[in-house]
Amino acid sequence: MNEAYVAISLLWIFIFIYSIAGAIDFGAGFWAFVFEKNEQTRAGVLANKFLSPTWKITNVFLVLIVIAFVGFFPRATFMLGTLLLWPVCIILILLTVRSSFMVYAYSAKYFQRALKTSSAISGILIPSLFISVLPITLGGFIEEQNGTMQIQFMTLLQSVTLYTHIGFGLTSALYLSALFLADYAREARDNAAYIIYRKWAIILGPLTLGFAVLVTETMVEEASWIVDRFRDNGLWFGLSIAAFIFAYISLWIKKGDDIGHPRFAVVGCILQYGLASYAYGNAHMPYIIYPILTIEQGVTNPEMFRSLLLSYSIGIVILVPSFILFWKLFLKDQKYLNPNENPEE
Amino acid sequence: MDNVDMARAFFGSSMAFHIIFATLGVGIPLMIVFGELMYQIKKDDHYKIMAKRWTRALGIILGVAIPSGTIVGVLLSLLWPGFMEIVGQVIAVPFQVEIWAFFLEAIFMSIYVFAADRLSNLMRIISVIFVAIGATASAVFITNVHSWMNTPRGFDLVNGEVVNVDPWAAVFNPSFAVTATHVVVSAYMTGAFIIASIAAFQLLKNKNNNEKEYHRKALFLSLMVGGLMSLTTAINGHETAQMLHEYQPEKLAAAEGLFETTAYAPLAIGGYVDKESEEVIGAVEIPWALSFLATNRFDGEVKGLNEFPKDTWPPLYIHILFNIMVGVGTFLIIISFVSLFYRFVLKKTYPRWLLWILTTTGLFAMIGIQSGWIFSCTGRQPWTIYYIQKTEDAATTSPGIGTLFVMFISLYVLLLLLTMIIMLFYFRRNPLSKELHGKGVNG
Ligand code: HDD
Ligand code: HEM
Ligand code: HEM
Repeated sequence: MNEAYVAISLLWIFIFIYSIAGAIDFGAGFWAFVFEKNEQTRAGVLANKFLSPTWKITNVFLVLIVIAFVGFFPRATFMLGTLLLWPVCIILILLTVRSSFMVYAYSAKYFQRALKTSSAISGILIPSLFISVLPITLGGFIEEQNGTMQIQFMTLLQSVTLYTHIGFGLTSALYLSALFLADYAREARDNAAYIIYRKWAIILGPLTLGFAVLVTETMVEEASWIVDRFRDNGLWFGLSIAAFIFAYISLWIKKGDDIGHPRFAVVGCILQYGLASYAYGNAHMPYIIYPILTIEQGVTNPEMFRSLLLSYSIGIVILVPSFILFWKLFLKDQKYLNPNENPEE
Repeated sequence: MDNVDMARAFFGSSMAFHIIFATLGVGIPLMIVFGELMYQIKKDDHYKIMAKRWTRALGIILGVAIPSGTIVGVLLSLLWPGFMEIVGQVIAVPFQVEIWAFFLEAIFMSIYVFAADRLSNLMRIISVIFVAIGATASAVFITNVHSWMNTPRGFDLVNGEVVNVDPWAAVFNPSFAVTATHVVVSAYMTGAFIIASIAAFQLLKNKNNNEKEYHRKALFLSLMVGGLMSLTTAINGHETAQMLHEYQPEKLAAAEGLFETTAYAPLAIGGYVDKESEEVIGAVEIPWALSFLATNRFDGEVKGLNEFPKDTWPPLYIHILFNIMVGVGTFLIIISFVSLFYRFVLKKTYPRWLLWILTTTGLFAMIGIQSGWIFSCTGRQPWTIYYIQKTEDAATTSPGIGTLFVMFISLYVLLLLLTMIIMLFYFRRNPLSKELHGKGVNG
């Protein structure tokens, strides 16, 4: 593998981590809001329990993607930065409203409802907007005007593919987060919440698959190159569907009195998205933006490449123990998950 | 306004917004560390409550610091793609390492806030120390990029292509150490004075003796930290000025309105620099002082603006910004030492007039931060990377910046207002009296 491929693989890993963590994060924000008023379950409380300590960390992954992109592909920065000005700025505004309003709502009872509503709605729009950057990179919506590459927003807004992408982003975020929270509820031994999240996962799962199919079906003329390449990666997509089926079936496995094995479902689902996005990325190579920008054109110089890898190694050594501690305290510790059952001494 | 000016205004105001919260995000964790340590030393519950209440305020502040930082981090690539193209090839490492610092801070902040009751005392203090280290480190790393823009090293630009890259030479550029120190100590000082302001204000209007005792302790702690840090800021600012003398002489000349190169150069305080008559109008001049500031000798020679072509002069109004920063620094040193004098030497409580002045210190420190940054960034003009890249070559060519600028400014105004309202409501609903009497400290 040459440097460009090592770099894009690392970047792919970051994007994949963020797409899973971000989907769960934004989805959990939405569920917390939806179930807040529901007196029968602690589903909303549980979502918040997950969200409060994690959203900052999830956000750092987003920043990591941007920074890693500039570091590894500095020569692609000019084109991408110029092209994506508008879509990214809108994401930034939503992201800011989402995070700051969420924190405000934790802190003050005053106009809490309005704060929570704006936060939940802007949050759930973000994954869809991220996903809708994908059709832009496939070509067909970019033209040169007055010497600058520009997105043809009118064409984009009128194309079906944009909306299937948005639908896919929305359902995926909700599906992933529902599955994850089902597992989190099981960990917290909260059966009522588990049942609700399981129900939503069962409803949303097939919807995401449906949208995934629609996405490939509605590709515009100019993006047909990638549909051809999808066929070459058919094996990976097939495995991805198998992982989906595995995840979905796990929701019915009987285990003592409990129905469903959410841990298997979460793992299966992550595998499903991992395999599919590997296949998608593979088909996308070597283009960052088809056909005007490839990874070879964009990649950085060898000196910087080596220094960045060094900094990654050091960073990982420092951070892995912290992540493990964090995991133990917020995703495993019964005293945190379920304070009622384990009253503090 | 053309595209470039619009991008400048847009980016500059976004930074000015981020820096309010970011500075507090660096300064307040240090105060919390001291609060926790004092509690361990003195076993006085007041300090525990202090640390707890400051942490809650920090939580709200970070709720804005993080998204606004995400905004500026991404805007850098959107508005200055030409600049980031070079940054990515030469100085990507500190940006990358900054991410590790963010992770460290975010992880331990969550641990400190949401797991405090499950941690031993030692672990709790270690987590808050990591929060402070993470915040300080992120300020140091971002300042690394900023200092490299002022004194770029580690590459050559040949026909627009970046060659001979040496990432470590770029990182250890000559102004890094002195600039990073200045940024960090000024942030510590600002965090301390914000707390001093609130404590002083509470001492003025509060009647309850127990609560007054609490605020007196908070004020004393913050004045100790603030006094020490403001002194360090000034001493180190002096070194920063010497750095300018050596590496960016036209910035120093514009800061002082010096047109002709001279020995025994005077320091001009106040007034404004007039381009036509080439003098500082309405200033008080301290003879020889500029030479001393820049070179440590009264007969040191300081370069004037006329040594440089007029079209590479920085805007001359940076003289005012420089004066504001230095003025703030001087004022804060004096006021903290006067207050400590009352306490240590006269062994008296602070008089009311002093408390009134102390309530303004936080605001003044923030004004110092803002004017210092705008001084440094605007004083670099017309360069984005000093003598390498002009600002107009760094800027985006995308249309529509004006509309986005208006949208973001509205967002910043909204967030500023909301943050103040939320803070007010939060602390009104959770008054100190409740925590002093209740056992609520653990809850
Ligand atoms: C409250 C904050 C504060 C205070 C009291 C001071 N400074 Fe400052 N100064 C900053 C906050 C700051 C800053 C915001 O942190 C800057 C902006 C960029 C930087 O590196 O630090 C800065 C920059 C800055 C620069 C320009 C560096 C550059 O352009 O690279 C100089 C020469 C000084 N300072 C000198 C001083 C002196 C002689 C002070 C005497 C008291 C002083 N500062 C007080
Ligand atoms: C010297 C001035 C600056 C200081 C002191 C500072 C400090 C901070 C602090 C304390 C935070 C909160 C960190 C956290 O809790 O995770 C933060 C967030 C952030 N800052 Fe700044 N910052 C400065 C300038 C900048 C600049 C110029 C950029 C852009 C390149 C930037 C990018 C960011 C980003 C991306 C975040 C969000 C990180 C996250 O998701 O946690 N900062 N900054
Ligand atoms: C945090 C406080 C900061 C403030 C308030 C601030 C303010 C400003 C202002 C007002 C401008 C416009 C300059 C002009 O055209 O007159 C500017 C430009 C700029 N600043 Fe800063 N800045 C800050 C920190 C930083 C840091 C830490 C970096 C480095 C990463 C940075 C990078 C830039 C860049 C790239 C530009 C645009 C190019 C240029 O005008 O030279 N800024 N900033």
